[in-house]
Amino acid sequence: MTTGPGEQPVVLALSGITKRFGALMANEGVDLELRRGEIVALLGENGAGKTTLMNILFGHYVADEGTVSVAGADGRLQPMEPGSPGAALRSGIGMVHQHFTLAENLTAFENIVLGTVPLIRPGLAGRNARARLAELMRRSGLEVDLDIRVSRLSVGEQQRVEILKALYRDARVLVLDEPTAVLTPQESDTLFATLKSLAAQGIAIVFISHKLAEVLAASDRVAVLRLGRKVADLPTAECDRQKLAELMVGHAVTPSRREPKAPGAALLTLDGVTAGEGRDSIRDVGFTLHEGEILGIAGVSGNGQATLARLLSGLLPAERGNLFLRDKPVHAHDAGDMIRSGIARIPEDRHRDGVVGAMTVAENLVIEEIRGRRYQRFGFLDFAAIAARAREAIAAYDIRCPGGGAVARLLSGGNIQKIVLARTLDAGPVVVLAAQPSRGLDIGATGDVHRRLLAARARGAGVILISEDLDELFALSDRIAVIHRGHLSAPRPSEELDRASVGLMMAGHHTESEAA
Amino acid sequence: MSDILEILLTANFWAAALRIATPLIFGVLGALLCERAGVLNLGIEGIFTAGAMAGWMAVWLGAGLWGGVLVAALAGAAFGLVHAILTVPLGLSQHVSGIGVTLFATSLSYYTYRTALPDVSSPPRIEAFQPADIPYLSDLPFLGPALFQQTPLTFLALAFVVVVAFVLYRTPLGLAIRAVGDNPSAIEAQGLSVTLLRMGTVVAGSALMALGGAFLTMSAFDAFFFNMVNGRGWICIALTVFASWRPGKALIGALLFGAFDAFQVRLQTEVGGVVPGQVFLMMPYLLSIAALVVVARKADYPRAMLKPYFRGQR
Ligand SMILES: Nc1ncnc2c1ncn2[C@@H]1O[C@H](COP(=O)(O)OP(=O)(O)O)[C@@H](O)[C@H]1O
Ligand SMILES: [Mg+2]
Repeated sequence: MTTGPGEQPVVLALSGITKRFGALMANEGVDLELRRGEIVALLGENGAGKTTLMNILFGHYVADEGTVSVAGADGRLQPMEPGSPGAALRSGIGMVHQHFTLAENLTAFENIVLGTVPLIRPGLAGRNARARLAELMRRSGLEVDLDIRVSRLSVGEQQRVEILKALYRDARVLVLDEPTAVLTPQESDTLFATLKSLAAQGIAIVFISHKLAEVLAASDRVAVLRLGRKVADLPTAECDRQKLAELMVGHAVTPSRREPKAPGAALLTLDGVTAGEGRDSIRDVGFTLHEGEILGIAGVSGNGQATLARLLSGLLPAERGNLFLRDKPVHAHDAGDMIRSGIARIPEDRHRDGVVGAMTVAENLVIEEIRGRRYQRFGFLDFAAIAARAREAIAAYDIRCPGGGAVARLLSGGNIQKIVLARTLDAGPVVVLAAQPSRGLDIGATGDVHRRLLAARARGAGVILISEDLDELFALSDRIAVIHRGHLSAPRPSEELDRASVGLMMAGHHTESEAA
Repeated sequence: MSDILEILLTANFWAAALRIATPLIFGVLGALLCERAGVLNLGIEGIFTAGAMAGWMAVWLGAGLWGGVLVAALAGAAFGLVHAILTVPLGLSQHVSGIGVTLFATSLSYYTYRTALPDVSSPPRIEAFQPADIPYLSDLPFLGPALFQQTPLTFLALAFVVVVAFVLYRTPLGLAIRAVGDNPSAIEAQGLSVTLLRMGTVVAGSALMALGGAFLTMSAFDAFFFNMVNGRGWICIALTVFASWRPGKALIGALLFGAFDAFQVRLQTEVGGVVPGQVFLMMPYLLSIAALVVVARKADYPRAMLKPYFRGQR
């Protein structure tokens, strides 16, 4: 006889977990139960306390209050020794951290067996290690080459090693912290298929996410955390997108809508431009961007978007073809010139290219204008003016940080993006180049980004929106063009396109000429 | 030209090269162990001095030669423990702590020596290790005098090359040491203690370094002099990079250095009249710098080296 997950025994219980970091309540009285063979999604915005909760479960942190209990061999719940990853492992808890805990100079095999036998003995692992791993890989479908260094594995393969690490230790509870953040959509689908089969074998799974679509598709139950508190815990079947979004954010969310608006004069024209080298180059690309228009460039990453962005940022010369800004040809490739001509850049890798991590929030806010008059006095930096600007931007853009003097590197991705937005958009740009502007951001921060881009459009700026996210592209873009292998299709009004055909074009299945 | 070949072909030259390499082998093995675990140990120069002094003094006070070796290792371990405490649980700068340990260990060794022997003019001598006389092997033509007429500490150094390589590559402990120097969170996530692992490795590595010092006073010479370590520790730090943190390559690096050094002494007697002697003394160091320039650009430092690890910190 089969039983539904509701009747399965409880294998893990967190009760009344509270954790403070200084004055900050990262978790507050959180209860969570986990049953054999179920997949639970732990949903919440960035900073909601999801990672903290799971780190307490795995013994990285000690809770200030509350207990973690696990089912022993007899099935009865017993309290687990706090603050000891070793104890968690022995209780059958496995964790795949958001930042993988792999030694990259070792092979996958060595990483998996590390710490599973006493340290002082000849032979790296137990006698049956290879055979057991082969069996595990077969049963779970997690294939990976065990004998090459982890540094040479792809991110998806490294994640498989992490899961195998847990399975090799007979994990009965598997925790995954934002497992899809680093995966391509195809890899994510494979991962969730694997998780389903593991759950069918009786393993209880918790995965952390802030993406609604995957939570709805892959979980049996959803627990929602907001500001450290659990605000909901309900079967996925009773949820929909809207409901989960509201629970997660704490208020009704209205998707950003673009007001219809007739585009103005031509701003930026590319004519037969070829640039870059190799897979990410662009070939014979042409389009015109108008005032007050958002032009969406859809495409799977690595099809030439990075080259296009570098070209428009002035970081790369065009090999062939012409670039016009308001009918004036742009020749030199000079990033400073591009900024001065009013092209604002929101880079794809905001941590690397968007801010100087070691500098403060205030410094990052003024860094593009530092040669102008506004922040200088007698040729020296005017710290009072810089601090005033920082206060103004922090308030206007709701940048959550201890203050203008905080080091940018320590901020979350969403807040770093707000620094970039404040710096680029407040300068009143003519053209805004937004590369994957909401990638990795939660709903709240994504909404902020969208509102700002729409405001720039309303002001009359032209926006180039490079994105992989069809929801975002259709919600914001006046026209959409698809980039595939360096070729850009002719932009078409988004009302005339549907998601399925854009998706197919992104995959290169058919181009417009064939479809016509 | 034929002079040079003649030098290279004498058994005596290779015996000298191996003898000069011995303390370096101990030193590089110790340094690479520490660095593999993620801790740079610049205490090495002082730990050499401490090992040289402590081993010699133990024998001078009446201990056996092997007792002296043990005392030297313990002295090294003690200074290694100081460095380990400062850099691992306390997470202080490894550079500053290492230099501090070198100054401290060197001064303490000199101080102890002077306090024990306030007014000797010529350093007292001990009965040092003698070259082994191994049946058959020592009598082989060429190979015998080159390889098998060394003192026991040289054989111990060679044995440690094998032992360290075996531990690093063939035991779970070695796996853990290599992992903790690359990504300490991998160690914590597998339920092991980063702190214990790093501290233990630094203490063991420091004991090995001290044996390099002990070789100087108990095999190469039979007395303790001030400044006798003379930069050998620093050479080991450079050789570690040259060896890309591998015991086998460490042996090759130490032997190369020993060979250069033995070679310059011999060349000096050949052409010493024309070229100032200091040029020859410079040679092994210049050559190690040249070798490093070639190798170090591609050097694959242990990723977590110099980075302290604190649990539960982002
Ligand atoms: N080690 C730490 N020290 C100080 N603050 C922390 C630490 N870990 C997390 N926090 C804070 O606790 C809150 C919750 O963080 P986290 O659990 O990582 O959120 P989530 O995983 O849901 O994005 C955040 O405000 C974060 O800044
Ligand atoms: Mg998190």
